[in-house]
Amino acid sequence: MADAFLSLSHISKSYAGVQALDDVSLIVKPAEIHCLVGENGSGKSTLIKIIAGVVSPDEGQIVINGKPFPRLAPMDAIREGIQVIYQDFSLFPNLTVAENIALNYELSRNTRIVRWGEVRRLAQAALDKIGVRLPLDAEVESIPVADKQLVAIARALVQNARLIIMDEATTALTEKEIRALFGVIRNVQRDGVAVLFVSHKLNEVLEIADKAMIIRNGKVVVDADAAALDRNKLVYYMTGRRIDEADYDYVPQSKQPLLEVSHLSSPGNFEDISFSLYPGEIVGVTGLLGSGRTELALSLFGVLPAMRGEVRIDGQLVRIRDIQSAIRHGIGYVPEDRLTEGLFLDQSINRNIVIRTIDTLRQAGGLLSPARLEAHAREWINNLSIKTSNPELPVKSLSGGNQQRVVLAKWLASKPRILILNGPTVGVDVGSKTELHEIIKSLAGEGIGILVISDDIPELLHLCNRILLMRRGRLAGMFERAVLDENKLTTLLTESTTIGSAVPSPQVQ
Amino acid sequence: MSVRNATYKPWAWTQSLFADGNILRLFIACVAIFVGMSILKPDVFPTAENFLSMGSQFPEIGILAMAIMITMLTGGIDLSVVSIANLSGVLAALVIRALIPADAEAGQVMMGLAAAITAAFLSGALAGLINGALVAYVNLTPILATLGTMTLYTGLTVAMTRGNAVFAENRLVFIGNTNVLGFIPIPLIIFAVVVALFALLLNRTPFGVKVYMIGSNINAARFSGINVRRVLLTTYIISGLLAAVVAVIFLGRNNSAKWDFAPSYVLQAIVVAVLAGVNPSGGSGRVLGIVLAILALQFVSTGMNMLLFTISGGQFFKEFAWGALLLTIMVANHLSEQRRSKSARRPKAE
Repeated sequence: MADAFLSLSHISKSYAGVQALDDVSLIVKPAEIHCLVGENGSGKSTLIKIIAGVVSPDEGQIVINGKPFPRLAPMDAIREGIQVIYQDFSLFPNLTVAENIALNYELSRNTRIVRWGEVRRLAQAALDKIGVRLPLDAEVESIPVADKQLVAIARALVQNARLIIMDEATTALTEKEIRALFGVIRNVQRDGVAVLFVSHKLNEVLEIADKAMIIRNGKVVVDADAAALDRNKLVYYMTGRRIDEADYDYVPQSKQPLLEVSHLSSPGNFEDISFSLYPGEIVGVTGLLGSGRTELALSLFGVLPAMRGEVRIDGQLVRIRDIQSAIRHGIGYVPEDRLTEGLFLDQSINRNIVIRTIDTLRQAGGLLSPARLEAHAREWINNLSIKTSNPELPVKSLSGGNQQRVVLAKWLASKPRILILNGPTVGVDVGSKTELHEIIKSLAGEGIGILVISDDIPELLHLCNRILLMRRGRLAGMFERAVLDENKLTTLLTESTTIGSAVPSPQVQ
Repeated sequence: MSVRNATYKPWAWTQSLFADGNILRLFIACVAIFVGMSILKPDVFPTAENFLSMGSQFPEIGILAMAIMITMLTGGIDLSVVSIANLSGVLAALVIRALIPADAEAGQVMMGLAAAITAAFLSGALAGLINGALVAYVNLTPILATLGTMTLYTGLTVAMTRGNAVFAENRLVFIGNTNVLGFIPIPLIIFAVVVALFALLLNRTPFGVKVYMIGSNINAARFSGINVRRVLLTTYIISGLLAAVVAVIFLGRNNSAKWDFAPSYVLQAIVVAVLAGVNPSGGSGRVLGIVLAILALQFVSTGMNMLLFTISGGQFFKEFAWGALLLTIMVANHLSEQRRSKSARRPKAE
């Protein structure tokens, strides 16, 4: 045990009678990549906070570098080399890359003069160590999410990290960026730094981890070598149930396409996109970040009106100039970022659900009927099994999966005929994800045409009967699900070859 | 139908009323100040004359605070309310002078007053429309847009009147002088009606809900298909209309309108709105809070006057008392917020 960097034994913590952690033990050795896996609410974050010294456990011991810490303070944790990279990275958006990486360290020397040359030197050294190149003078708000993460890692290294804890590090990243991140993590590992990787994306866990610990409802379910686990086992341990996901079975319902897009272009975003969507179909749109997939969705929803090309709904030519006209034509859009685009976090669950249809909930006299409003919201809370004790609570009181259902409910309440789902299960735990998939499949079964924009490959293969692949703003291929499997789609997605090269695409238009 | 009855509890709002700590604290402050003053000054504070005098003092600021509130709910603000009130007041007074000769008969007076009040409302709405257009269509920051129009409207009023007061020929003073049933000042009745309509507008119309939603997350509002521009435009028009109501009360009280009347009311109205718990970044705030806040402030300033009456300069303590009350409530809210967020760091956050 002497060689363990961090050793937690028999940690318990409860909040107001709710047991968040129950007898959890964890050992992390230097240069070990450890994964902590669990659904939302399983106690992962509490455990991280205990390691960081932000929360103190009710019971149990914390030993770092052989030193016991009966009351670990945040400064102790930092001094011992524990660095946490939270989901939002806690960077200063208005400062440069170099400043973000090294300023903190430079300031901690307690001198009155900042040595800017030293700041740049430190920053560059840290970036070299993890083997990435970033513009030192770029403001952090102007660089992509994946790069922000690298800045956060470099900052941790400058502060002499011995253990870097990464909380849901991959949520906002594409497959390719995740690969790059894993490369960086392995570089860090080579320097003897341990990494505790917190995630609920299963395939990642298996790929990067030396060891994996799964917790559920605050208890350790499994703590094992990653090599001993496979995807099904992980799902089983995480959710406590086996998930047999039946792929969506598309039954053609009509010969008339619901949506026909022809030669749609928005210069700088996407060019010459043509496809059609039939009632009851779930069509996937995938591609890397910057491939134009989100822009295409925004264009169909009127946020980013297309410059050229045609859109037909039920064979009728329509012009989608703005969001209102998209809605009039029966198009709904569940955005990629539900926090900034989908939800009114401080408002009640009820209001979040009814906001689309609120104009129809008036009584004679023109005033809103609170009873009808509540009944209407309740109907959707029941339909989508949104778990809440009181629908008057703010929507931010819900878990990620339930929040996503609220966004979905908002759109379903207005009876859309075409539903565009951008990253429908991003940041949602495995159990909820499966239930969301079931909801999406049954909606399609009722005749709604659904476009799913995602780079979650198992999800695409599970939901969609056809998948469109976009690359640099163009349609690079259209595939029936039958001809695809995970490996093939991964290769297609990450392939950086130019359009028109030898891509095995039987159905290219 | 039965389902509805089973799920909808008409009394549920009382729970949320007291779950809202700010409203509760304001209510306690109101009662405490009232009781305290009544004990300290039993011969002058809890008396009919005093209620009459207090009831005729706060309606203007209370109504202006509602104008500030509705714009704050969307995440904006309207600094031009008092300048709109002065502009509308001057226009109404000019209409009265033009249409009602000194020897006018009752019918002519009625027509003239109706025209004057219409002029006030039209100009208020138009001024609000310009504010709304600048905010919603030109995308100016509300505080800057309305700072600009504040100067613009004031300047327009100065230019129209060459800086002089315009007298309303005693045609509207009945508003300031009459007490209905002998003890209810007309401005207080106007205030009550405005409160009722305003509460209905915010809580029981789709427009009102949209106002809150836009203030909560303007981006999500756009993505939810709310016509954000139209709602914002309407919000500022309503703010302008409320200023026009205040213009009529001003005329009733002063019998004249002038470009530089009551400039400090803007900031006082903001104080009321903030004290009422309206979130300056939008999305939350209640009409009941405005009522309680203005009452608490009125009690405090009247009470202070009475307590310090014997000291020379004691009547000038109103601002001081308001500032002290505002800070006290703010600190109390902040402390309870902190305590709540500490205890709320519970399993949900995982």
